[in-house]
Amino acid sequence: MALLKVKGLTKRFGGLLANNEIDLEVPQGSLFAVIGPNGAGKTTFFSMISGFLNSTSGSIAFDGRDTTRMRQDQIAAMGLIRTFQLVQLFKGMSVAENVEVGCHLATRGGVAAALLRPSWFRRQEAEVHERARELLDFVGLGAQADLDAELLPYGQQRLLEVARALASRPRLLLLDEPAAGLNTQETDGLAHIIEKINRQGTTVLLIEHDVGLVTRIAHRIAVLDFGRKIAEGTPDEIKVHPEVIAAYLGVEEAAYA
Amino acid sequence: MTSLAITSPKPAARLDRFSLGLLGAGALLFAAVLVYGGYLLTVMQLAMIYGIFCLGLNFFMGYTGQASFGQNAFACIGGYGSAILCVQYNWEPALALIASMGVAGIAALVIGYPTLRLRGHYLAMATFALGLITYDISVQWTSLTQGYMGYAGIPPLGIGSLTVEDERLKLLCLGGLLLVGFWISQRLRDSRFGRGLRAISGSENGAAALGIRISRFKLIAFVIAGLYASAAGSLFAHTVGFISPEVFGPQMVIVTFTMLYIGGVGTLIGPVVGAIVASLLPEIFRSTGRFQDIAYALVLLLMLIYAPKGLSALGALFRPRKDKGEA
Repeated sequence: MALLKVKGLTKRFGGLLANNEIDLEVPQGSLFAVIGPNGAGKTTFFSMISGFLNSTSGSIAFDGRDTTRMRQDQIAAMGLIRTFQLVQLFKGMSVAENVEVGCHLATRGGVAAALLRPSWFRRQEAEVHERARELLDFVGLGAQADLDAELLPYGQQRLLEVARALASRPRLLLLDEPAAGLNTQETDGLAHIIEKINRQGTTVLLIEHDVGLVTRIAHRIAVLDFGRKIAEGTPDEIKVHPEVIAAYLGVEEAAYA
Repeated sequence: MTSLAITSPKPAARLDRFSLGLLGAGALLFAAVLVYGGYLLTVMQLAMIYGIFCLGLNFFMGYTGQASFGQNAFACIGGYGSAILCVQYNWEPALALIASMGVAGIAALVIGYPTLRLRGHYLAMATFALGLITYDISVQWTSLTQGYMGYAGIPPLGIGSLTVEDERLKLLCLGGLLLVGFWISQRLRDSRFGRGLRAISGSENGAAALGIRISRFKLIAFVIAGLYASAAGSLFAHTVGFISPEVFGPQMVIVTFTMLYIGGVGTLIGPVVGAIVASLLPEIFRSTGRFQDIAYALVLLLMLIYAPKGLSALGALFRPRKDKGEA
């Protein structure tokens, strides 16, 4: 069954057609990747799915419900959680607190509960603290829990964003170029974590332009170029797809290849 | 690689030693003024009232990171609400204070709903206009506010026949109320709600992606700030016994901003520390006569240069740099 179903999704910025009639179905439980050269429209595509950008036309359905015109927080509340290409950490909060914010959707209680602190609320707060520690251990940031989040090196900031997204118990995790700016060793670590998340039952939709990473871990890959979907298939199919090679290497080189 | 054992979920101590020290120093000053008496009692009373105002402002400006130059509008509602209800209609002061807070809260809700769509400088301008409009109303609507004359003879706080007339007792009561305000601020900050506010200040996109309803959270923070401001306005009226439009004019915005930034915007103890320090500083320089304002300004500048995050953030300088391993 398709958890995410995108039909004819189009985004026009003035004269630029950033996304042109994209169709995509992400099956439940899969590790799906969208790749494409810089400027292919991957992030635009992502922003529309997560509600940060309104589409020009087309429809998006998550878990059988139409989410095309929903707000970001409504989509997030349905279990579709995204990360950002430019990390959006909560400055002024510790590493652990960042993950605790991520527990927002998995918890409840507002001003009244915070003031009166009934026993369920105190228990929930304790669980939130504990869960944050567990998730930090999961991504390997356990030792940095009390550090100011801003002080983390870049690679660890990306991991923190992943841990934070996991805290809300997503059903579909959207990762926007999680390996951007990471060195080889960090990328390997990240690939390992993404696979582990997927194996534990979370559907993952990944945007990357690092083809190496994607072909290693993804079950299925869609390729965007100039706002169009030019191919979709298993990693092995994509690796030999002539249009994909052309998009990445240019037409002439592809002819020689 | 060390794999850290999952330790028991012990929430980190929210107040470090430096903050506790600052609070202790504030308490000592409070006690000294209480013993010394005289004119300083009034200064400290006002510091407590401003402290309550700043605690509220800190919700919106500190935790949530939004600019509001118009919280004096809600102090104005509180002050005039108390004055009118008590002087014209002979209400109980405590009741008048609570009723005014209700009015201010509703006003904040109604004004905040459309206004908080604005961001950054635009929000700052809109809220500044709000303060100016309220000031103008308090000057022009003479049938209700008595214009520049203001209201005199506002009764002191009290419950039933128990009224707080003694200046020392007044200060103690205000100190107690400030502590209540501080306690509420601490409880709300260290909760799911408070984390949501602080996340918005850190990154609105990041917060929205995690399901936090940005506009609702901002509105609640704005209303909380309005409630604190209204309470402060009422307390001013009942403590001083007299109000006029100037009390809640733009001057109030400047004074409270100074306090918040001296103490540390966004910190838990900043509003309290800032209100006490900024209230007492001018008194310290009183002996310098006509240089008082210059000396005060100079110290403020030095503070902003050397402690840009406020006094309560200075603790970071003394904290041993640990936890940096493995980075």
